[in-house]
Amino acid sequence: MGSSRKTEITVGAFVLMALLAFVYLALNVSNLTGFSSDKGYQVSASFDNIGGLSKRAKVTLSGVAVGRVIDISYDKETFRAKVTMRINSDVNYLPTDTQASIYTSGLLGEQYISLEPGAEDDVLKDSSQLDITQSALVLEELIGKFMSSFMSKKE
Amino acid sequence: MIGAFAINTVASFGRASIFLFQIILGFKDVILRSSLLIKELYSVGVLSLLIIVFSATFVGMVLSLLGYVTLVDFGAESSLGVLVALSLIRELGPVLSALLFSGRAGSALTAEIGLMKATEQLASMEMMAVDPIRRIISPRFFAGLISLPLLTLLFMGIGIYSGYMVGSVWLGVDEGSFWSQMQSKVDFRGDVVNGLIKSVVFGFVVTWIALYQGYNAYPTSEGVSRATTNSVVYSALAVLGLDFLLTALMFM
Repeated sequence: MGSSRKTEITVGAFVLMALLAFVYLALNVSNLTGFSSDKGYQVSASFDNIGGLSKRAKVTLSGVAVGRVIDISYDKETFRAKVTMRINSDVNYLPTDTQASIYTSGLLGEQYISLEPGAEDDVLKDSSQLDITQSALVLEELIGKFMSSFMSKKE
Repeated sequence: MIGAFAINTVASFGRASIFLFQIILGFKDVILRSSLLIKELYSVGVLSLLIIVFSATFVGMVLSLLGYVTLVDFGAESSLGVLVALSLIRELGPVLSALLFSGRAGSALTAEIGLMKATEQLASMEMMAVDPIRRIISPRFFAGLISLPLLTLLFMGIGIYSGYMVGSVWLGVDEGSFWSQMQSKVDFRGDVVNGLIKSVVFGFVVTWIALYQGYNAYPTSEGVSRATTNSVVYSALAVLGLDFLLTALMFM
């Protein structure tokens, strides 16, 4: 019976390890997350155009990651995109007139939100709204503007 | 000559299918005698762990290293996580595990059963009114079917983690973008589950071929050696061919 017991234990450990790998793949590698572990406060901002911004994109402060985008929706009252982000609770000193801009990291990289602190004395709290925003740079739009100004100059 | 070859091929396909049907009929006995299944899970699954863990570690590391060298030219090294995770989950995990599994466990199954046949153990079981397919073959088949997906999951997880070790810890790709880009691009249903489906199909085919080759071997030492070779070769061909089909079905 001794060797059979040992077999049972090793097989059990093998199956458990594989299940652990499965959970790891589900939660850590793919986007199947039902819960977020980090506590923090939520701030929302409205943009005219968010470009290719996606959920879980970084929120940075002078390039330092301080949070993540947790939700993107379309606001039918203002006809703008509403981006909700969660900012780490230790970053609790952002002024209320902080500006949010969407940038792209590198030529082919992902899009992220960059925050630039303003000068107000009051600080952002949970579920407050950022009023000053700058939309993502859409290349086609930019080329279109450039072309039209180029054409009008020629005439 | 060609006609005889064609008829033989068709006949062996038929034999293999009937054999498979008999194996699946033995499912009930496998449930009733789970200790046999656990013993086979040990020799088929647990003993294959070492080679799987080792290969996964080095495949993940090499993938990360080569991906970095290419991506850094475009300033896109933050996509390294996506590259490593997607190639391991969609393609390399299932296929490499299946190939290693056929070399490590499949060949052993073929040799074991071939030798049982050569030494007339299977025939003597039949004499004692014990069905060798239910007693010997079925537990091994279901053990293979269960083991390969589990091994593949381990392969994927370990490969991605070792890719992370090389990419982020050694080469200095930003840890946050490594994981966040991976998480935003890897889909659970579309990628992880499809990779797992692949590995279930491979486990089925590899174990079936290995058992059939063993059961059908000529009962001589030369016959067993030929059966073992065939088992590995046919498994590899079947895995690679099926992989193309499954990839075309899943990711097009």
